[in-house]
Amino acid sequence: MTLLKHDKSKSVLILLAVTLFILIWSSKSGSIFLAPALSFLVLFGIPLYFVKPMPTYASTGDRLSRYSFVAICTFIFIFLITPILIIVPLSFNAEPYFTFTEGMLNFEANAFSLRWYEDIVHNGMVDPDAVSGWWGDMWNNAQWIRSTRNSFFIATISALIATTLGTIAALGLSRPEMPYRALITSLLISPMIVPLVITATGMFFFYSSINLAKTYTGVILAHATLGIPFVIITVTATLSGFDRTLIKASQGLGARGWMTFRRVIMPLIMPGMISGALFAFITSLDEVVAVIFIADVEQRTIPRQMFSGIREQISPTILAVASILVLLSIVLLTVMELLRRRSERMRGITPS
Amino acid sequence: MSQAIIPIDNVTLKERLSKATRVQRRRALLLTMPLVIFLIISFVLPIGEMLWRSVHNPTVSNVVPDFAVAIQKWDGQNLPSEAIFELFVNDLVAAKKNREIGKTVGNLATRINYDIPGSRSLFTSTARKATNLKAPFKESLIKLNKKWANHTLWLSLQRNAKDITPGFYVAALDLKYDDQGNVVQADELYQIYMSNFIKTLEISALITFICVLLAYPIAYVLSTLPLRQSNLLMILVLLPFWTSLLVRTTSWIAILQTEGLVNDIFVFLGILADDGRVQMIYNQTGTVIAMVHILLPFMILPLYSVMKTINPTYMKAALSMGAKQSYAMRRVYLPQTIPGLAAGTLLVFILAIGYYITPALVGGEDGILISNLIAYHIQKSLNWSLGAALSAILLGTVLILYWLYNKLIGIDNLKFG
Repeated sequence: MTLLKHDKSKSVLILLAVTLFILIWSSKSGSIFLAPALSFLVLFGIPLYFVKPMPTYASTGDRLSRYSFVAICTFIFIFLITPILIIVPLSFNAEPYFTFTEGMLNFEANAFSLRWYEDIVHNGMVDPDAVSGWWGDMWNNAQWIRSTRNSFFIATISALIATTLGTIAALGLSRPEMPYRALITSLLISPMIVPLVITATGMFFFYSSINLAKTYTGVILAHATLGIPFVIITVTATLSGFDRTLIKASQGLGARGWMTFRRVIMPLIMPGMISGALFAFITSLDEVVAVIFIADVEQRTIPRQMFSGIREQISPTILAVASILVLLSIVLLTVMELLRRRSERMRGITPS
Repeated sequence: MSQAIIPIDNVTLKERLSKATRVQRRRALLLTMPLVIFLIISFVLPIGEMLWRSVHNPTVSNVVPDFAVAIQKWDGQNLPSEAIFELFVNDLVAAKKNREIGKTVGNLATRINYDIPGSRSLFTSTARKATNLKAPFKESLIKLNKKWANHTLWLSLQRNAKDITPGFYVAALDLKYDDQGNVVQADELYQIYMSNFIKTLEISALITFICVLLAYPIAYVLSTLPLRQSNLLMILVLLPFWTSLLVRTTSWIAILQTEGLVNDIFVFLGILADDGRVQMIYNQTGTVIAMVHILLPFMILPLYSVMKTINPTYMKAALSMGAKQSYAMRRVYLPQTIPGLAAGTLLVFILAIGYYITPALVGGEDGILISNLIAYHIQKSLNWSLGAALSAILLGTVLILYWLYNKLIGIDNLKFG
């Protein structure tokens, strides 16, 4: 059982051997499946980085259970991340399929293309090949461009409303003398808990009766409502670590309420506010149920367009859009991480 | 000799303090008010108004108002009297001219059709000929169509002439009114709502269970690794959490379809024959897999935040005292993670039973959940009241679980990342 003794160089050797075996095996069956072998190497090579060396007294049973635990965790992480990453190479498919063609697996250049990305821009345009007026045509007529404009417009305004109202409410909720705190907090979080279909149908009937259905205002109100719980959660979390004596100090030095908020509280809770706003923004950007019920064709958003795309004519254009959205979520995640670090630094916590 | 400290203006310190606290309490409350009012208008009122629809039943009294009042006096034996028949025909003639939505004969016909399937044409065709009817109205109406002699029909009309009705809940609970007007179990063929509701609960429980199994080791790894490494792995959890739900659903279609990745790998490895590919999407399996993936972060994050606070010395102490790894895990570590487990379980279960998008896209026929049925009644069959009654049942279940969550964990302990 020396094989199981922890030794990174040995594990790497085993891994390479298995990869080589897959390569040889697949080459026997016709073509060389380079991609599966490579992905195997990456998927099982990375966990080695995270495995701690085991003490020398560990028994074989201990080692076996440790390695099977690492294997299980690897599989769960693969389960989590594969659906996100698989989309990206699939979107460069030259064929109108939702799957990898043989050419793609062998990295043949003509198996890849950007046609679905072009289709995002061209779909709906009057004349995609025109030279003059191309930009105006794209901006006004391309379906995906229209829905992108709608999505960002609705998400920005609703995130602004949710963040403003949510931050003010969180300031009240985090005060020690706040009455009915539990009741009001659960009311403010409930849009996240109540099933979306119920919220959306309720809003559809109510907004229809006051002529807000099928308008931007209606969709924005709905999305602001759905984003509020996330703002409340993130901002109150930031405020819970807030040193309240700073407020007293500021008041003691003669600052009035607004001055205290702007010069003392706001700079300190800014990271929480921004991450709350991002949460509200992405909630709106990803929301489709309320849009299905409340919005009209004119207010179509990206997820709404994807929804009907998946239901009606499933084309790889959706994969191209999805890849761009994955990129967007990576950017947002990075911003969130930077904000979190900044907020930790402000409180004097550094990663070890 | 003790004496209360009395300031110059004759107000005790205690009174001043309580006044100051009152002002502060009011200020704190005032800060939350804009949002509370916003939510009441944009969220609470709409839902309340929709739930009102589940008992509000104005059709019959709108379309045939005088008849609706008169029929209440009928004792339910034999057929109603000639006077009531006359009012009915007169109201029908008047209603024929009405074009206002909610007050047409068509609305009445649809409403009674929910109770007695197949009775729709009876109303519309009779209304067309109602002007020609002569007294005695009872006989001429029955002569026009002998279905008017049906006692059950008049019972249904009487029941629905009331503005508030439990009728939609009766339908939503898979019950029906029998010929004598008693509430009984509906025929097996029509028992779709409760069985779907139970199926929704079962699938949600299954999803929650799988989430616990998958999230526990992941949260454990994340909480025990050094911060630098765990931050790196955390990205693998947070990236799916931040990625659009439609992107993830699309991707599962690509992975699980018959020509998809999983089938390809199975065929490549020789587990499946090329012509024996398995359909894994557009059915219950696909729904469960995709929903587990979507809801998994909601289980990992609460578990992680609890596990991070667990002191590793307890485990070390147990091991040094001779406990086996598995025993120490079960008796020392697991009990300390219960708060996180409870939070994650309730959160995932609550989110799962109300899920709509993923089952709608990849559920196929047998992966349909209760939310999809509600949407069907609101968008397609247009039986809004039945949709509202189903919503009320679903909402009630969710609110009970939410209350439990508040009681056990406290909603203010909810955190993301």
